Amino acid sequence: MKENIVIVGGGIAGLEAAAQLLELGYKPIIIEKSDRLGGHVADWNCLFPDMSPAKDVVSSLIARSAEANIFLNTEISFVNKLKDSYNIMLSNGISIITRIILMTTGFSLFDASKKEEYGYGIYDQVMTNRDLEDWFNTGDDKRINDSAMNAVGFVHCVGSRDEKARNSQCSKVCCITAIKQAIELKQKFPDAMIYCFYMDLRMFGKKYEDFYINAQRDYGIRFIRGRVSEVGENIDGRVIVKAEDTLSGKPVKVTLDLLVLMAGMVCNPDSTKVANMARLPIDSDGFLKSKDNVADIIESPKEGVFYAGACTGPKTVPETLAEARAAALKIYLYIKGLE
Amino acid sequence: MDFGFKLSPSSAINLDKVDLEKFEELHRAEPDVYKCMACGSCTSTCPANKYSGMSMRKVILALQRGKEKEAVSMMRNCMLCGKCTMVCPRGINTRHLILSICRIYEEDVK
Repeated sequence: MKENIVIVGGGIAGLEAAAQLLELGYKPIIIEKSDRLGGHVADWNCLFPDMSPAKDVVSSLIARSAEANIFLNTEISFVNKLKDSYNIMLSNGISIITRIILMTTGFSLFDASKKEEYGYGIYDQVMTNRDLEDWFNTGDDKRINDSAMNAVGFVHCVGSRDEKARNSQCSKVCCITAIKQAIELKQKFPDAMIYCFYMDLRMFGKKYEDFYINAQRDYGIRFIRGRVSEVGENIDGRVIVKAEDTLSGKPVKVTLDLLVLMAGMVCNPDSTKVANMARLPIDSDGFLKSKDNVADIIESPKEGVFYAGACTGPKTVPETLAEARAAALKIYLYIKGLE
Repeated sequence: MDFGFKLSPSSAINLDKVDLEKFEELHRAEPDVYKCMACGSCTSTCPANKYSGMSMRKVILALQRGKEKEAVSMMRNCMLCGKCTMVCPRGINTRHLILSICRIYEEDVK
């Protein structure tokens, strides 16, 4: 079958969709702007709720999609709409005529330095969730000093549910990620006091609530209901965090050796760029707009253009994989309909 | 059921008896008042909180629970510095809201 299928983005959604399309007998083309596959998941160490290693998930996806045509370090220069197909010009000079585009462009991590009051990039002992995963992977970060980790804080909703940061959406996975990372840190530093500053804890997924109970009962992680308003630094270079403990109605102040900011998911600017070229609409939350947000989340309003994963909004790994499989089936049926 | 031998009135909030007429007026003037999700950013950054217990979060809640006197007495300590407006993640113009509360609940202030 020589029908061209272009998958924009080689993250887990793109790889899973490619693997499924290969099984269905097609040879999809994956376009990835970076020099490696796996997207954000490839940067992660372990995945909630069972602490499964992220690299196992990514390497099995890469193995299953290896037969696809994969272009790394490649971006889309422009997209032309022809009569019943698209002409896609790539940055490496190759042009592809296709009737089917699958957008798996995913999300970007919120740039935590935009929330200046939290001091990322200003104070030494402030890092993000991604920096911490990087440390779990490499064990190398000058902010984490094994002999002086007595108190650690996690700030939830950094750049999420925040109109000042122009992201009013909930990023969905940071609550459970904070709990996962808090448990992992507590396992590495059993004597450290670990605080989570939250506004609401949204434990919606399978076994999330159990994970939360574990964190409280078995690991003694302290949950404080209040959004951090300001972070300062003292003369020893430790960070001072101010919040309101809204449950007791009292201001709370704590000095920490490390502060981890749970940066949220925002729409990927490259996703918006490609969407503009293909004249795809953007939803009010900044992510790509589906034909219908209930019944047709994987279909775009444009003929032959499909979505999977976090390009339409924050998603968990299993949700993304499920959408990728659904999109592959949808594409298969769409091609059948064209014949 | 009230058997008539209570020493003090109940501290329970009886929503059947809360008169929200003024709050509705406030809501008309300041639609954003319902956007508050009680995160406490305003309170933790409030310079008056430490000395006087002023808390924008508590004011908004107290007004909705009919505890107007409590709310207004907290509000007296506000210096209108505007720090709460800067930190509010929902983008509520708290400074403007405070001025509207002063106007609408004026007689309670006197």
